[in-house]
Amino acid sequence: MNDRPVNERLKDFKEVDSGLTSDEAVLEALRCIQCKKPLCIGGCPVGIDIPGFIKLISEREFEKALEVIYNDNLLPAICGRVCPQENQCEGVCILSNKEKGVAIGSLERFVADRALVQKSNRKCSVNPTNKQIAIVGSGPAGLTGAAELAKKGHSVTIFESLHEAGGVLVYGIPEFRLPKWIVKREIEQILSLGVSLKINHLVGKSVSPEELLQFDAVLIATGAGLPHFMGLPGEHLSGVYSANEFLTRVNLMHANDFPKYDTPVKQGSRTVVIGGGNVAMDAARVARRMGAKVTLIYRRRRDDLPARNAEVIRAEEEGVSFVFCSNPIKVLGDEAVTGVECLQMALCEPDESGRPGTEPVPGTNFVIDCDICIQAIGQDPNPLLLQSMPSLKSGKKGTIAVDINGKTSIPHIFAAGDITTGAATVILAMGSAKTAADEIHKMISI
Amino acid sequence: MYLIKSINELAPKIWQIWVNAPHVAFHAKAGQFVILRINEFGERIPLTISAIEGDDIRCIFMAVGKTTSALAAHRSGDYIRDVAGPLGKPSEIKKYGTCVVIGGGAGIACCPIIARSLKADGNVVKGIIGARNAELLILEDEMRDSCDELFITTDDGSKGVHGFVSDILKTEIQKGSIDAVWIIGPAIMMKVTSEVTRPVKIRTFVSLNPIMVDGTGMCGSCRVKIGDQIQFACVDGPEFDAHKVDFDLLMKRQRAYLQEEKLALEYHNKEQCKCGGPNNE
Ligand SMILES: Cc1cc2nc3c(=O)[nH]c(=O)nc-3n(C[C@H](O)[C@H](O)[C@H](O)COP(=O)(O)OP(=O)(O)OC[C@H]3O[C@@H](n4cnc5c(N)ncnc54)[C@H](O)[C@@H]3O)c2cc1C
Ligand SMILES: Cc1cc2nc3c(=O)[nH]c(=O)nc-3n(C[C@H](O)[C@H](O)[C@H](O)COP(=O)(O)OP(=O)(O)OC[C@H]3O[C@@H](n4cnc5c(N)ncnc54)[C@H](O)[C@@H]3O)c2cc1C
Ligand code: FES
Repeated sequence: MNDRPVNERLKDFKEVDSGLTSDEAVLEALRCIQCKKPLCIGGCPVGIDIPGFIKLISEREFEKALEVIYNDNLLPAICGRVCPQENQCEGVCILSNKEKGVAIGSLERFVADRALVQKSNRKCSVNPTNKQIAIVGSGPAGLTGAAELAKKGHSVTIFESLHEAGGVLVYGIPEFRLPKWIVKREIEQILSLGVSLKINHLVGKSVSPEELLQFDAVLIATGAGLPHFMGLPGEHLSGVYSANEFLTRVNLMHANDFPKYDTPVKQGSRTVVIGGGNVAMDAARVARRMGAKVTLIYRRRRDDLPARNAEVIRAEEEGVSFVFCSNPIKVLGDEAVTGVECLQMALCEPDESGRPGTEPVPGTNFVIDCDICIQAIGQDPNPLLLQSMPSLKSGKKGTIAVDINGKTSIPHIFAAGDITTGAATVILAMGSAKTAADEIHKMISI
Repeated sequence: MYLIKSINELAPKIWQIWVNAPHVAFHAKAGQFVILRINEFGERIPLTISAIEGDDIRCIFMAVGKTTSALAAHRSGDYIRDVAGPLGKPSEIKKYGTCVVIGGGAGIACCPIIARSLKADGNVVKGIIGARNAELLILEDEMRDSCDELFITTDDGSKGVHGFVSDILKTEIQKGSIDAVWIIGPAIMMKVTSEVTRPVKIRTFVSLNPIMVDGTGMCGSCRVKIGDQIQFACVDGPEFDAHKVDFDLLMKRQRAYLQEEKLALEYHNKEQCKCGGPNNE
């Protein structure tokens, strides 16, 4: 990690981690001992030949290294930044037993960034098959599915309801963790394979189920974008946001640059964020950059935080204060929020996630003053498509039910990403989309 | 990019715009809306689809703030960057018997398309449209064509009945049986007018206009309270059972950005002076 100094990074939305120089990358690559039976590949949800690309970096063959990654992952500049490598490839790296595991994510990012800067477009020279594929949603799952199928010569159309492609990559994850020009460039690369992108098209409304069924195959990748609210009294007050709204206003609509950009966001002096995942960390760190004092309330302990540890540490460095083992019960205020009333929580028997359950302790009420309150307590799959296609079988918690290959209950319709799992990760979304794309290719090639 | 086919001022500050948007026009039904964004810097704002012709849709809007003023400064032949839709659930059009469609101010924009759809399904349709004064009254002819009977009110008596749309609604209810009512206008007008149908238990729809961002159910900015449930107006509405709507809460949330909106408009006016026109790309 080459993090910029805190006082500098709090003043802007520029990337926190400035990445490796080529010399640093080569040195890091040389640390890899090129295991005979590499564990890292098994730790990668899309099975990148990690020792292979690292070896090429150590030989300064950066372009070739990238080609190796592209075989399995078409969005390396993104994954290099946002994958939870500590639980995946880097977590199982044999070196992590003794010292630090190889910084695989940083190396992946390094080779990918180099190519993006040089604007070299990938080419695709296969014969067109004249098969028409519709992809619904342009998040990591949709983009991956599109690229895989375009590479096979199929004619791919992505429908995206927002005015920009990228899904959570553009509206959710902030600029300082994932610069938007990187996302744009990676998307351009995929579009340059001949994929057509139709923005402002909400499938189910702008495109009917019947129209969708006219395609030879469909991949639904609509994500988990439906925000939860806690249902607290006072939740309607001005200044209370879902993390999705707060982040969308800033990331997609650039409210941090209001009034140059037209969309406003409330400018708070004290912001409370509720939740403990990556989304909560992102919201808290955005709020810090908007100049607020930020308190994050989480119902369990620090060790239980589901967010990536590196992001928790960065949030702490940036001055986010944490209140653990507490949960809000009420949002205070008349027209606008003035505070949240909380109760302390006692830990009890572990729940099905393996983390301790929580129980409110009566009489421990306390108030945190604030003028903005952001709820980051989870998102559910987008329900719209299931509502407009009743014959599509649903799974647990509003997901679309699929088999291991991404097949839904309707022939020729597949689904991948968060819409099939609930909120998960970029790389899992990509992995499932790749599987579904392979299956689609097999199906339409017979 | 979406072509503006025509744009003109119907009444002071009330504009009619026809935009080429085939994906919207092909599927749009009465009661639905679009979200549009003028340019790269623009806000996403919702406007109701008030008519459809071929590949084109019409919106009628009041120039109240930054985005709507900037839109009004466009000319035929200009382009709008984004038009997404049709969004929201269509009006619940079916055979009720006798229906009343009421519009207030710019809300009248939404009425003809609903009235026509109701008529096509075999209803007798009465229209009531009201404005502050005669000059601000829009779509009179179109409403006359779409309804079996049309009533007009103005607050100052400069046209039609001197009074409010709710006054006419009361007399119409007394005169005979009414099976369903649509009320579309400013929140306060919908609140007051729907009190008329509550005691007599007439099915009443209102179209809510909370502040929206995505318009696709992903942010919750548009949340409204319907009975004891929180719903998202952009996907669960925008039309709801009037007698279950918490209007006070709606109005509170509509006011959330008053300061910022003022700032945006000032900024817009300043910028416009500099370049002499809309910042059109
Ligand atoms: C704030 C935040 C931070 C995160 N941080 C990380 C992280 O650090 N690392 C990590 O691995 N994961 C992270 N995640 C999770 C990760 O972003 C998601 O798991 C991933 O984006 C899921 O990809 P997807 O393609 O399934 O869906 P999405 O990225 O949600 O994309 C779905 C797309 O479909 C569009 N859509 C929805 N419905 C329709 C429709 N009917 N018609 C047309 N288009 C439609 C949406 O507009 C959206 O663009 C984070 C998530 C959030 C919200
Ligand atoms: C479903 C729906 C349909 C609508 N249909 C019409 C219509 O047909 N004609 C019409 O004139 N108006 C309509 N509106 C209202 C219209 O969207 C606002 O007038 C417009 O957004 C104002 O933007 P502005 O920048 O010009 O004004 P601002 O100065 O930003 O705001 C003026 C007022 O508009 C409201 N507003 C501001 N931003 C938004 C936003 N993003 N979403 C919703 N409301 C906002 C606020 O309550 C504010 O008080 C509709 C709103 C909704 C939700
Ligand atoms: S406008 Fe975002 S959920 Fe309705």
